[in-house]
Amino acid sequence: MAVTIQRAKVEWKRLPLSSNYAVAYAVKDLDVDVIAAYPITPQTTVVEKISEFIANGELNAEMIHVESEHSALSATIAASAAGARAFTATASQGLELMHEILHIASGLRLPVVMSVATRALSAPISIWNDYSDLMNTRDTSWITIIASTAQEVYDSVVQAFRIAEDPEVMLPVIVAYDGYIMSHTYEPVLVPENNEPILKYAPKNYNRIKLDPERPVTMGTLASPEWYYEFKYQQVAAMEKALEKAREADKVFAEYFGRGYGLVEEYMTSDADIILVAYGGLFGTIKEAIDMMRQNGVKVGGLRIRLWRPFPAEDVKNALKNAKLVVVIDKAISYGARIAGPVALEVMSAFYHDADKPSILSIIAGIGQRRITEETIKEIVDYSRKLLERGRIPNESLYWGVRGVRYE
Amino acid sequence: MSKPVAKKKAFRLLTQIPREELFAPGHGLCAGCTAGTIVRHLLKVAGKNTILVNATGCVEVSTSPYPYTSWKIPWLHLAFENASAAASGVEAAIKVLQRKGVIDPNKKINIIVLGGDGGTYDIGFQSLSGMLERGHNVMYVLYDNEAYMNTGIQRSGSTPQYAWTTTTPAGKVWRGERRPKKPIADIIAAHRIPYVATANPAYPLDMLNKFKRGLEVEGPSFVHVIQPCPTGWRFDPRYGIKVARLATETGMWINWELDHGEFDVTVPVARRKHVRHYLRMQGRFRHLTDEEIEEIQKWVDQEVERINKLVGRQVIGPVEE
Repeated sequence: MAVTIQRAKVEWKRLPLSSNYAVAYAVKDLDVDVIAAYPITPQTTVVEKISEFIANGELNAEMIHVESEHSALSATIAASAAGARAFTATASQGLELMHEILHIASGLRLPVVMSVATRALSAPISIWNDYSDLMNTRDTSWITIIASTAQEVYDSVVQAFRIAEDPEVMLPVIVAYDGYIMSHTYEPVLVPENNEPILKYAPKNYNRIKLDPERPVTMGTLASPEWYYEFKYQQVAAMEKALEKAREADKVFAEYFGRGYGLVEEYMTSDADIILVAYGGLFGTIKEAIDMMRQNGVKVGGLRIRLWRPFPAEDVKNALKNAKLVVVIDKAISYGARIAGPVALEVMSAFYHDADKPSILSIIAGIGQRRITEETIKEIVDYSRKLLERGRIPNESLYWGVRGVRYE
Repeated sequence: MSKPVAKKKAFRLLTQIPREELFAPGHGLCAGCTAGTIVRHLLKVAGKNTILVNATGCVEVSTSPYPYTSWKIPWLHLAFENASAAASGVEAAIKVLQRKGVIDPNKKINIIVLGGDGGTYDIGFQSLSGMLERGHNVMYVLYDNEAYMNTGIQRSGSTPQYAWTTTTPAGKVWRGERRPKKPIADIIAAHRIPYVATANPAYPLDMLNKFKRGLEVEGPSFVHVIQPCPTGWRFDPRYGIKVARLATETGMWINWELDHGEFDVTVPVARRKHVRHYLRMQGRFRHLTDEEIEEIQKWVDQEVERINKLVGRQVIGPVEE
């Protein structure tokens, strides 16, 4: 898909939006045809805003008020199978209820987009943020972007449809961000006065394979051991392709609209001895903390994982390779694993075959929205420096900020 | 709800059934399976401007083994419990794409869900109820073989009392299924949708007219079809339609319709046969004593009485043989 890139003439308006509202504005500007969703905290205001747009005639779409998240994703992907541009949004328990259909969406190669305002999982019930819900989607063959600002949420939903609907990709995309911490806090967001440039960047393609009586297809067949593996391998290949396409989508977006994010975001990494790796809204706090520590001469930097699946291993390695210590802060737990941080595992695996590599420390924090402030980050860095001096990096995750556990 | 226009039966003679075959032969259904008969006729009525969503089940697995298909119309299968949600999505997509002119707005596209009893009575019930309540323009066809046949004859909410299945065996303590069959069509009717009917492949014209009517009404419709299963009911595969006919002749299965609130029995039975004629043909009831058969006869008598009262005349007659 060769695109001539030219800075688009866009009239932007600056609105105070929560990340949830930013999603809704993107859905409107992308002229999504079908939305099926079920209320769940903290996602609900996404769907409330979209409903307002439809109710006021600002978006010409069908809203299906389904009776569960399982049905929400089922209806969304079926609408996509019938040729529509389709969207849903969820969080936490809702995402868990959808789990079966996550695999069916990607297996059928249906290019739907879903926003996830990440939230902790029951039991005990918690409506607050962490990334346990999202990390459980890791192996479902969904492309996954984790945004860190409301503007990036808007821009990522726009990019997501372009990536998903690319004929060489045809995979569903999740755009995730922190529940509450981002979903319910307001930031200035630039949205276009009219959506023409958005549709030019992410054009709708109604000519893909779909449920069309003129050209009947059978979708969702039974595959015997003779065939199943090939279907799955095609998903592997599509994921590989998606890495390149996601990079291109962001590059074109930057050239077209003047805002780009990359697949990872680096902050003061070039000379850093210690690099903190994180994702989502936490990176804002980390950057603040880095600024404070840099004033005291601590050579610390930050790396944000923006594209989680497919994992941009080379980008990550390039950013981290010169550090003495990499500290990965995960907001999810893989229970029973010595290294229990899902992203930490991924970073370690990216370096596994290299002889020359940084030490990697896995930290679990922010579980159920246990507070992480700039002060917390500084404490983590102070402790990491101590470990570096001692020359012994623990080969197990540290559970930071939990009662009864202290690291001296 | 608007009153129906004067009903004129579309199919009065077998020769009026469309010749076009949209359900291809060569599928993997069991020999003598009556589900194939039902689906073949369903597609004849629906025609090619139809999208069919199939819940996981016998028909789904035996008609879509990649790279083959029996479907000459667009067909979608997602999972077991969500066929109605999927159909809701398809319907919404067609509606909005027609409104936007992407699809010809004057073209009528039928949307049908096909589900078995497990996918309807049990695991798919929530999404079905949601689809009906939201008023999607979709016809749901339930082929009811009264157990999870696809996984090997396990009981479902549809399994009639005393029937043997692999999870309700007849032993020293259990006498087969211990609970009566769930009255699914009544529950669907309680959703106040435009059209609900029960049908039987042994009465093909009646069944075809019901499919036709279900597709014609604005909004959701539901057609519940009895589907004798030689494998799970334990009878000679050549007798599928005979067993089906006996179900109606004994009053164990009554063909009725509820069209915009008007109830009628479409296949009256002047003289009923005793239920033993139906039960004794099937291995799944082989363990029943004469007393137990009489007990079933009593339940059927009660149901017949209730139906006759509803219609306001004796549409189903007394037992005569």
